[in-house]
Amino acid sequence: MNQSNIAMRDHSAESALFVRRVVVSIVFVLALISVLFLNLYYLQVESFQVYKTRSNDNRINVLPVAPNRGLIYDRNGVLLAENRPIFSLEITIEKIDDLDKTVLELAELLGLDQDDIDNFYKQKKRQRRFKPVALVNRLTTEQAALFSVNQHKYHGVNIEAYLKRYYPHGDTLTHTLGYVGKINDKDVIRLDKEGKTATYAATRDIGKQGVERYYEEMLHGVPGYQEVEVNNRGKIIRVLKFVPPEPGKDIYLNIDLAMQRKAQKLLDGRRGSVVMIDAKDGGVLAMVSSPSYDPNLFVHGISSKNYNELLHSFSRPLINRATQGRYPPASTIKMQMALLGLNEGTITPQSKIWDPGSWQIPNTSKRFRDWKRWGHGWVDVYHAIEQSCDTFFYDLIYQVGIDKTSAFMKQFGFGDYTGIDIAEETTAVMPSRGWKRARFNQPWYQGDTISIGIGQGYWTATPIQLAQATANLARRGEVIVPRLLKSIRTGSGSFEVPPDHKAPIVLNNESYWQVALDGMYGVVNKKTGTARKAFADTEYKAAGKSGTAQVVNMKEDEVYDAEKLAEHHRDNAMFVAYAPFENPEVVTSVVVENAGGGSSHAAPVARAMFDAYFAGKKAADEAKLFNLPLVAPQPIENTNLLAPTEAGAQ
Amino acid sequence: MERHQENTIWYKLHIDLPLLLGILGLMSLSLIVLYSAGGQDMDLMIRQIVRLGFGLGTMIFMAQLSPNFYARWAMPVFLLGVALLVSVLLFGHVGKGAQRWINLGFFMFQPSEIMKLAMPLMVASYIGSKSLPPSLKHTFVACAIILTPTLLIAKQPDLGTSLLVAASGIFALFLAGVSWRLIGVAVAGASAFAPVLWFFLMHNYQRQRVLTFLNPESDPLGSGYHIIQSKIAIGSGGIFGKGWMQGTQSQLDFLPERHTDFIFAVFSEEFGLVGIALLLMLYIFIICRGLFIASQGQSAFSRLSAGALTLTFFVYVFVNIGMVSGLLPVVGVPLPLISYGGTSMVTLLAGFGILMSIHTHKRLLAN
Repeated sequence: MNQSNIAMRDHSAESALFVRRVVVSIVFVLALISVLFLNLYYLQVESFQVYKTRSNDNRINVLPVAPNRGLIYDRNGVLLAENRPIFSLEITIEKIDDLDKTVLELAELLGLDQDDIDNFYKQKKRQRRFKPVALVNRLTTEQAALFSVNQHKYHGVNIEAYLKRYYPHGDTLTHTLGYVGKINDKDVIRLDKEGKTATYAATRDIGKQGVERYYEEMLHGVPGYQEVEVNNRGKIIRVLKFVPPEPGKDIYLNIDLAMQRKAQKLLDGRRGSVVMIDAKDGGVLAMVSSPSYDPNLFVHGISSKNYNELLHSFSRPLINRATQGRYPPASTIKMQMALLGLNEGTITPQSKIWDPGSWQIPNTSKRFRDWKRWGHGWVDVYHAIEQSCDTFFYDLIYQVGIDKTSAFMKQFGFGDYTGIDIAEETTAVMPSRGWKRARFNQPWYQGDTISIGIGQGYWTATPIQLAQATANLARRGEVIVPRLLKSIRTGSGSFEVPPDHKAPIVLNNESYWQVALDGMYGVVNKKTGTARKAFADTEYKAAGKSGTAQVVNMKEDEVYDAEKLAEHHRDNAMFVAYAPFENPEVVTSVVVENAGGGSSHAAPVARAMFDAYFAGKKAADEAKLFNLPLVAPQPIENTNLLAPTEAGAQ
Repeated sequence: MERHQENTIWYKLHIDLPLLLGILGLMSLSLIVLYSAGGQDMDLMIRQIVRLGFGLGTMIFMAQLSPNFYARWAMPVFLLGVALLVSVLLFGHVGKGAQRWINLGFFMFQPSEIMKLAMPLMVASYIGSKSLPPSLKHTFVACAIILTPTLLIAKQPDLGTSLLVAASGIFALFLAGVSWRLIGVAVAGASAFAPVLWFFLMHNYQRQRVLTFLNPESDPLGSGYHIIQSKIAIGSGGIFGKGWMQGTQSQLDFLPERHTDFIFAVFSEEFGLVGIALLLMLYIFIICRGLFIASQGQSAFSRLSAGALTLTFFVYVFVNIGMVSGLLPVVGVPLPLISYGGTSMVTLLAGFGILMSIHTHKRLLAN
């Protein structure tokens, strides 16, 4: 264009050009705003669900809430295991500026020792981020008060309340109840395998032994959860939803605390075991293993010093002797041996043998001694049981042989689990050819058989097995299963656990039972019976059998002299019994280790147990007569002592 | 019909009522969202109200000055601005890793803010003094005018502001009628320049922003966090929103910068698509009013500067909403008239003051 055109500006043309450009701009602006709007529409309408979910994921945390563990009562409703609130001091590491300084200050304030501090740092390594670590697991009232006064100085340090298991009767029921302890690495792996990790998400303790372990699933309950709204730092702003946990079931055991206490008192710290079971349904009224220990030590995590003491103690308190103690049954099985002989026809109720005081396998020089050196003379089966004649049974088993003996005794429960409802049980040994081959890779010798006849040799049994075998005998072949669990509390009432029975023992002639039982009656009632002294003047008629188990083998001519032997080489005193004779109600088995003769050391314990049982029964009957409550236990409700929101929300 | 207004009180006060109402509408929304986003912090509210008042005052003051005044002072202020930008680079105060501030002893300010106004006025006065559409030579001179402060600001580094400043100049040039062919060449040239920008001119953190923008999920806890949380906030708002002060993303602190650059996410979360539609309509109204004022301008300078200022305002809106909703990389551009913050709000309102001046000083010009 030429100069004049430039000088002469065409204002209307410029204006028109501008308006065109403005129109283009508006189109452009609207187009871009549409793009924005479409994108926002896509986010808010099309992807709404996705972002809503992500927004909720951001803000909503689901925290599991541990259920309260079910309580355990004895058969009369006495509380055996309860939950008590405890207070622990916890530190949220992420909230502390100078951790070491804070820990030192708190240690000084609360009087903690180096162990506590080391423990804290050990735990800290294992803990997940933002989860508090306990500095003190169990605050005393003074410590709690001291800290509360100074709390304002310690942001990020809090007192937390938990329910912890407590066993009010201490060492009386340790081996039966067992205990709960902190869930450890092994438990975690097991729970993971069983797919129960979620169930235990908020749980700290798990049953480790005894009933607590066996009925863990029932006692534990179902966890609840709370949905909480958190901010970007994970701090809980409010609780959106709370689904309460379903507490574990309360259970009643067949245990009678009074009988359990009695048994513990009778053993008086001596090594041994007393078991008393209901002859009809196998309910375990008392099951004591002595010596015992306080299970509460394990609930809070036992110190390694205390644990080593228990572990290495000569008297092995950690073992449940009632179910894990393997003792030669000795003469306590002579009734069953007699039944075997009668059933196999090697003896009759009338047949007699001559006992010169020892017995020899024909055509050998090996002599088996009778406990009575000068012999019992002519003995029939009754006499043999009453006086515990060894020779009679040497001859009997010699004729029957090991194979039939082993098979017969297994029917009474020897060499097998009794089926009692705790996991700590051993089968002990009912020897057989196959067993010896497997165990020692050796053939069975005839010599091995003979001592089996008097419950010695390779034969071992647990006190619970002896009680079971005696009950089966008293019930004339009915095979009961010892059971701790009596009933389970349901909403309104309770569910009685039906007794368990195994296949009964059938003899060729039912009358044989009476022969063995009469012999057993004679042991405690006849003038010649070995335990007549212990059972003199009872108000009930009992039947029993003593046993004196050699712990060390003696040479043929050696005389047993308790005084000369080291204590742990002395004989184990054993006794099995039931009462009343006519209609058996209760069966007991007693083992006192290294105490000496069964009649003099174990029989009085059995007698005292029966006395206590029948006295208690009489008192109960009288109470019923006068309509008085015998024991008035107020079943403590498994109430939520801690508000779950409080417990979980911190 | 505008003529009818010449005798109204508003005309005499040099205030454009529709524009003022639009602005006041946005300011009201700003205070409502801010109350929620700021966690009901009354101090924050009061500071913002004071700023809004100061901004409105500035706007009215700017509206009193005639367009001739702006045309005359465009060049000196622009040169002063360039000088200040250079001095910021040399002696500037470092804040948040960037040199943007200049300390006058009693007062800290960002020279780049001056540029936001000086740039469109400078380009408009230069191009407007020539015959339109501008010749190739004048276009190149204008480009040089645009590029100088843009690069200086980008060097601070402040990518967001340099973008806005450049845009305001480019818009003036565009509205002046630069040929489409030239625009095509420029766009092609810019595309070719992009790799140079990426490899030689951008800072690491700027590159990171772009990368994060392209794939925010790649770094969900680091630089992608802002975008992800912002999109969650917007998306979870749905059609009707979660309700005022009920936005969980913002109230529970998941959303960063929630009362400044990311306030749009708070707004979207609490008021949903319906609220967004209302907000966008307010913006469109203001932009249309601005462009209308521009088209009514009596001189080329008036038209170009008013148009450029209005379109720059749109760029604010587009860049902010685009970045908060994940369409654009995160650059520090506030949502105009809504975000909490001082200087940029005052600058924007000053710009609207110039628009009002252009619209209400016609008779003087006609004389």
